[in-house]
Amino acid sequence: MAGEEGKIDPMYQFTIKPLFGSAQWEVAGVNIAFTNSALWMMIATIVLILFVRAGTKQDLIPGRWQMAVESLTGFIENMVEANIGKEGRKYVPYVFTLFTFILFANLLGLMPLGIVGIHPFTFTSHFTVTGILAILSFSIVLAVGFWKHGLKFFGLFVPHGTPLLMTPLIAPIEFISFMVRPFSLALRLFVAMMAGHLLLEVLASFVVSGGLGGVGTGLIVSLPSMLLMIAICALEILVAGIQAYVFALLTSLYINDAEHLH
Amino acid sequence: MPQIDQLAETFSSQAFWLLVFFGISFFVVGRGMVPKVSGTMERRSKQIADDIAAAQAARDQADQEEEAWRVRENENRARAQALIAEAKAEAAAKSEKKIAAAQKRLDKKLEEADQELAAARAQAMGEIEAVATDAAQDIVARIAGITVTKPAAGKAVKEAMAHG
Repeated sequence: MAGEEGKIDPMYQFTIKPLFGSAQWEVAGVNIAFTNSALWMMIATIVLILFVRAGTKQDLIPGRWQMAVESLTGFIENMVEANIGKEGRKYVPYVFTLFTFILFANLLGLMPLGIVGIHPFTFTSHFTVTGILAILSFSIVLAVGFWKHGLKFFGLFVPHGTPLLMTPLIAPIEFISFMVRPFSLALRLFVAMMAGHLLLEVLASFVVSGGLGGVGTGLIVSLPSMLLMIAICALEILVAGIQAYVFALLTSLYINDAEHLH
Repeated sequence: MPQIDQLAETFSSQAFWLLVFFGISFFVVGRGMVPKVSGTMERRSKQIADDIAAAQAARDQADQEEEAWRVRENENRARAQALIAEAKAEAAAKSEKKIAAAQKRLDKKLEEADQELAAARAQAMGEIEAVATDAAQDIVARIAGITVTKPAAGKAVKEAMAHG
């Protein structure tokens, strides 16, 4: 948390550090250092697997964990089916993984583990990570589109009922809006997560600085900042869910475009 | 901003580990566990639907049986009613016959008694005539001092009796 010379740098929390002396790990000349980011990806994966595993007991009468997991899969299934239709079932594993992976990453990043000395790293606040997830979704859309419709997939850029005269104008616009999708997908999640953590960090620095400044500033600055932090923490939990949902929802909407071409 | 400052040096490791762990999540959770969970849910809703269908069938059958029972019951009741009516009619006929027989017997007895009575009265009348004739002869003999023959006295008595 603390940067150089005791000054609090709110961006420091996003710094990536190689762990276990793995800075020079390489595969085929590419650096694959096991960083704190990778560590939290691993933790998210493990927690996710443990959570869903608790729901695969296949009991006829579900227990609490099974109920939780079933309502989560049911939620994703409904969403996919509502957006893509019956053919959407085959995308449920991907959309479910996407949603839960992002959700667990966001929530784990919010865990107040700093008080026991563990500093959670929110890897969804890195453009690299959200970008790769967005490109993954976008590649699936492209692959499905071209595999199902071949060159007709380009018909996506000419919405149904466009007058022939308008086609040269509409098609580039549609093309640009199509190409912007992965960026909007990635930026939305990245910005939302980063902004939330940044805000919390800035407010936390207010609390600390105000407290250090004496009782007066402590009461005027620290206390309101602390209360605001509590409120924003609640908001961040909401944002964690909403951003994961939006990512999964938009992915399924885009897949629907690829499946059905408008 | 570490996201940009460190982009070049960390891009490959972030991408690599993300793909590794997202891949693990996808294959273990998405491909491995989610279909199982969906399968369980599907099985459950199918079982619920089946149970409801079975309950409906059982209920329909119960309704049918109750209907059949009601029809049978109505038939039985009708038959019982008919039996009772028949028995009543038979009993009424029998008792009527008995009453008629008793009536006849009574009538006969009454008639016999009447005849006996009539006979007794006739006999009594005869006796009274004889007594009256004797009495008349005696009274005449005593009062008038004349002897009246029996036939004459009898005639007078008969006349007087006829006049009442």
